[in-house]
Amino acid sequence: MRSVGGNRDFWAGLMFAGIGGAAMFIARNYPFGTTLRMGPGYFPQVLGGLLLLFGLYVMARGLRRSERIKGPWSVRALIALPLAMVLFGILMGSLGFIPALAALIFLSAAAGREFKFVEVLWLALLLTLLSVSLFVWGLGLPYPLIKLP
Amino acid sequence: MEMFQHLFFGFSVALSIQNLLYCFIGCLLGTLIGVLPGIGPLATIAMLMPITFNLPAVSALIMLAGIFYGAQYGGSTTAILVNLPGETSAVVTCMDGYQMARQGRAGVALAIAAVGSFFAGTFCTMLIALFGPPIAEMALKFNSPEYFSLMLMGLVAAAVLAQGDMAKSLAMVTLGLLLGSVGTDVDSGWARFSFDIIELTDGIGFVVVAIGVFAVGEIVSNLGEAEERQVFTSKVGTLFPTVEDVKRSIGPIIRGTLLGAFFGVLPGTGPAIASFSSYMVEKKVAKDPSRFGHGAIEGVAGPESANNADAQCKFIPMLTLGIPASGTMALMLGALMIHGIAPGPTVMTKNPDLFWGLIASMWVGNLMLVLLNLPLIGLWVSLLKVPYRLLFPAIMVFSSIGIYSVNNSPFDIYLTAAFGLLGFLWLKLECPPAPLMLGFVLGPMMEENLRRALLISRGDPTIFLRRPISLGFVVATVLIVVLMAAPVMRKKRGSITG
Repeated sequence: MRSVGGNRDFWAGLMFAGIGGAAMFIARNYPFGTTLRMGPGYFPQVLGGLLLLFGLYVMARGLRRSERIKGPWSVRALIALPLAMVLFGILMGSLGFIPALAALIFLSAAAGREFKFVEVLWLALLLTLLSVSLFVWGLGLPYPLIKLP
Repeated sequence: MEMFQHLFFGFSVALSIQNLLYCFIGCLLGTLIGVLPGIGPLATIAMLMPITFNLPAVSALIMLAGIFYGAQYGGSTTAILVNLPGETSAVVTCMDGYQMARQGRAGVALAIAAVGSFFAGTFCTMLIALFGPPIAEMALKFNSPEYFSLMLMGLVAAAVLAQGDMAKSLAMVTLGLLLGSVGTDVDSGWARFSFDIIELTDGIGFVVVAIGVFAVGEIVSNLGEAEERQVFTSKVGTLFPTVEDVKRSIGPIIRGTLLGAFFGVLPGTGPAIASFSSYMVEKKVAKDPSRFGHGAIEGVAGPESANNADAQCKFIPMLTLGIPASGTMALMLGALMIHGIAPGPTVMTKNPDLFWGLIASMWVGNLMLVLLNLPLIGLWVSLLKVPYRLLFPAIMVFSSIGIYSVNNSPFDIYLTAAFGLLGFLWLKLECPPAPLMLGFVLGPMMEENLRRALLISRGDPTIFLRRPISLGFVVATVLIVVLMAAPVMRKKRGSITG
């Protein structure tokens, strides 16, 4: 048997089984109820069990066929894009719309392979102007443009 | 004729200045974003959806529908001009469309695609107007057991008939249902899977999942791949087909429309299957099949009509039964619910303006696409030259503002980021995200109907088999699974989609 490192279906199955199992574990204390009166735990427990079974099946099949995961992993984007969104969320509350946008745009752009500072600066200006006029002035969303601490 | 009366009423809604404007904006925005390579209709709709939340329900749905056709049409434009399929259904259009473009006939290909789509759109509008009401009326007699079985059939069929791996699709549906159960249980008030996070007691936002998986996840995945600079013909040439072109296209357009309409009402059979089958049929009936792949206009006219007919007819089960037959329809259904409209057969009686207005607007929208897009081809061509490194930050900006604007909550943004990561992971592991979306949207309704059905039957689960209509759905579900799991069919499926 080849290593499971890049085994696509093994990991997919493991993910399903893991989530299913975790859901069942978390929902273990939710009242299950009876078939006549389903409690809040009924549906999640059943679904969790189903997912666990699907996961085990996919995992077993993966071990048998061992198909590889294809394509490159965009590690850079994988880190930069979620980080950009989180930063946007934090700055919206603390510093205001424009700083949040600036952070989002610059960090997002850094996720790509090419990063030309001047180009990104122009892009940031353009997108900020567009967003402010569309969302704040146009649709009237109540976001302060810049909040002074 | 009652149908024309209804349609007339629908047009009075769709042709109001306000709705006409939203239809126009929708078509324009949809095409604008759909043209951009690497952004499919699902990502486009997900991204633009929050903008429509401030509108009245009718206008919002009209605009979303416009975005949907626009995005699809934009995808065909990209397929023809750059040989870059934005989604699987456009792969077919690439084959002969791009060849036509290389021969300097891009304009003709685009024009025929537009006319074919318009014809398909007109046909399907009539079809919905004709069959929508009887289907909805029949469904009005349904009770919880029937609904539960119907939803089960819809979900299973959508997962099983879709391209790709059946087991993983079913697992994704289940995962979607499970995600749908996050939040306060309506029946008992119990907070499920909320981990003491106050935001999670309201459940996971629909837009959060949609944008996270379809927009952010896709961007992460696209960034991993090397940016290909496509050489394409900026010379579009004349828009007007010759008499010969028209003669060749009439048959394929009609056949494509019929095929597309047929596949359209089946759940899960995305536009890819409709356009592939249309291409096959045209190649079979052609006198000289060798022309295909070298710029045969039939190879553009048929599939383009088929995929538009398919897309349009997917509205039938969504509007009349509340069953989304594709990822896009799941988004539409979600939008409906956000506007406080309970999906199902009652939409037609309780919100006739929405039902008929939306149907009429489909025709208006298709007409707009023809009138709007052909003269604007120059604009789309120049858009195609914008490199991806400038596009994706813009998508991130609109997505993030969109999500934030729904609840003004930073938590939603964090959750979207997490779903973006998951979406990327699912793409890598080849777990199809559309079935997840279907399960997520239908989950709460399914649980509610299951609960009620079992209450009616005093806890006896055989109720689903004792009621004839429900039994029919259950039998159909089992049949679909058995048929598709059979090795013969599996091979065939592989050859169509692979």
